[in-house]
Amino acid sequence: MTRFAAWAAIISGCLYFLMPMIGMTEFSLSMRRGVYSLDAYRVVMADPQFQATFAYSLIMALLTIVFGVLLVVPTAYWVQLKMPRMRPVVEFVTLLPLVIPAIVVVFGYIRLYNTSGWLPLTGSVTGTNLLLMFGYATLALPYMYRAVDTGLRSIDVATLTEAAQSLGAGWFRIMATLILPNVLSAVLSGAFLTLAIVIGEFTMAALLDRPAFGPYMQILGANRAYEPAALAVIAFAITWACMGLIQMVSRLSKHKRA
Amino acid sequence: MAFLELAHLDKSFGANHVVKDFNLSIDKGEFVSLLGPSGCGKTTVLRMVGGFEDPTAGTISIDGQDVTRLKSNQRKIGMVFQSYALFPNLTVAQNVAFGLKVAGIDKKETADRVKEMLTLIGLGDLGARYPFQLSGGQQQRVALARALAVRPKVLLLDEPLSALDAKIRASLRREIRAIQQRLGITTIFVTHDQEEALSMSDRVVVMTQGRADQIGTPFEIYNTPATRFVAGFVGTLNTFDATLTDPATGTVRMGDTQVVLNRQVKAAAGTPVALAMRPESATLGAGQPGDVTLTGRITEVQFLGAIIRITADLGRQSLTLDTFNRSETPPPAVGSEVTISLPHSGMVVLAG
Repeated sequence: MTRFAAWAAIISGCLYFLMPMIGMTEFSLSMRRGVYSLDAYRVVMADPQFQATFAYSLIMALLTIVFGVLLVVPTAYWVQLKMPRMRPVVEFVTLLPLVIPAIVVVFGYIRLYNTSGWLPLTGSVTGTNLLLMFGYATLALPYMYRAVDTGLRSIDVATLTEAAQSLGAGWFRIMATLILPNVLSAVLSGAFLTLAIVIGEFTMAALLDRPAFGPYMQILGANRAYEPAALAVIAFAITWACMGLIQMVSRLSKHKRA
Repeated sequence: MAFLELAHLDKSFGANHVVKDFNLSIDKGEFVSLLGPSGCGKTTVLRMVGGFEDPTAGTISIDGQDVTRLKSNQRKIGMVFQSYALFPNLTVAQNVAFGLKVAGIDKKETADRVKEMLTLIGLGDLGARYPFQLSGGQQQRVALARALAVRPKVLLLDEPLSALDAKIRASLRREIRAIQQRLGITTIFVTHDQEEALSMSDRVVVMTQGRADQIGTPFEIYNTPATRFVAGFVGTLNTFDATLTDPATGTVRMGDTQVVLNRQVKAAAGTPVALAMRPESATLGAGQPGDVTLTGRITEVQFLGAIIRITADLGRQSLTLDTFNRSETPPPAVGSEVTISLPHSGMVVLAG
């Protein structure tokens, strides 16, 4: 009986998640009447707007990842090494983006950094891009911090640091040659999660009026029928590819046990 | 002047005073163990020498240079940790080469030194392995090679054998001592295992509650413990309550028996003291003339292989004695009445 109930739960769960996706994929293939075709995908791919917004979001994602790694890895390392009592506080701070909606954050940004503010970041394109990147880094913070912190906890940070110090190494060398390589798979999983968040993000990009992939999807969705479905499938594919890459990277690191 | 000098070292963590006025001079090439129970401050002393803790007061000098305020990466020390602490992302060879790379030594010399070190520890062909592919004993040997590769002035060993199983511990113990003697490197070894400390060291520092209770050769520490703590911590000991009657001749009264040790005891007449004796000093049966003889009933016989440990009830207290196993003399039966003799030479008066 319990076996039957378990299977029933699994099957209904799968149906719940898969049916909309199957429906959406089916719809995205039905642009040509009567037969399945990739026409919707062809139209989307050929759209210069698609290419431009996708490239923009990709570059923003990369910048966000670099900034996030430079911010989170040293912070998590320092908290673990020197201020373990501060861990709950830092964890709370990193969780804030999950409870404060993006729209509140971005309104706060606009209010603080507008052209009459003390740091008029929204006054220029570069400034606004920078602001958006910081916003993305905030949104990705809970995932990035958690991934890196878990990675750091799996190694004996304090003793490895002392061993390196006794061999004459300074902070920069310890970070670059020991800490970062040892949490690389954690950093990469944080990075791919960041990529997935940034590619699909709508609120911040729309309110800061930047040509990102999220707002493009929304505009397309409001005006077309089949193309948005094709875009959604593409977005899903990218997210899943990222998840696959996380798995692959964590399996490929050769200095760990299989 | 000693090669490594610790003068009036003090360390407090908040209200917790863990090291109190600790003094130690170590000669070049000497192997000194810090021995004591957990929490006695031995690891803190080692960490202060390594530069991982700042002393609250006192100075540390190595080779005539005051290093008290130097950071650990400027002290030229090699450290081996209980948990090996090999860098998991580097191969064995890269681990050993790490310190040489930091020091900016050229590739050719680094490669030669790594080879020399791996040969020294007998793992010459495992340079390409990662730490997780090695056993605990092998990892600790690599950690030793890594610490020695940079030719440090002082080698610090923080309970390096504690995480290993008994057999490997014994063999690595001999190996570490042999390498240390071959290289002539000044070494401080922290352990809570008296057997390790006694078997490896030139001198042993027995520590309790942040202080050095006694500093001496293993022979001195074992045979003439200075305090009750040292006597009780190092080896097994029988103690008898006694009163000092004549400090000049070392005469003490133990119940109705008068014992003359014929050596001076530094305490006032009338002081209650403990008369201590190692289990191997006591013998079964009548001993030499002049020995203290007692009668007792055997309560326990432990057969330990080469040694038989016998516990006897003397009425007011029990006594433990060790005899060598001889195939022609089976151990006495539990419950039998025996005579036990205690030679004066094996007795130590403990006043502290």
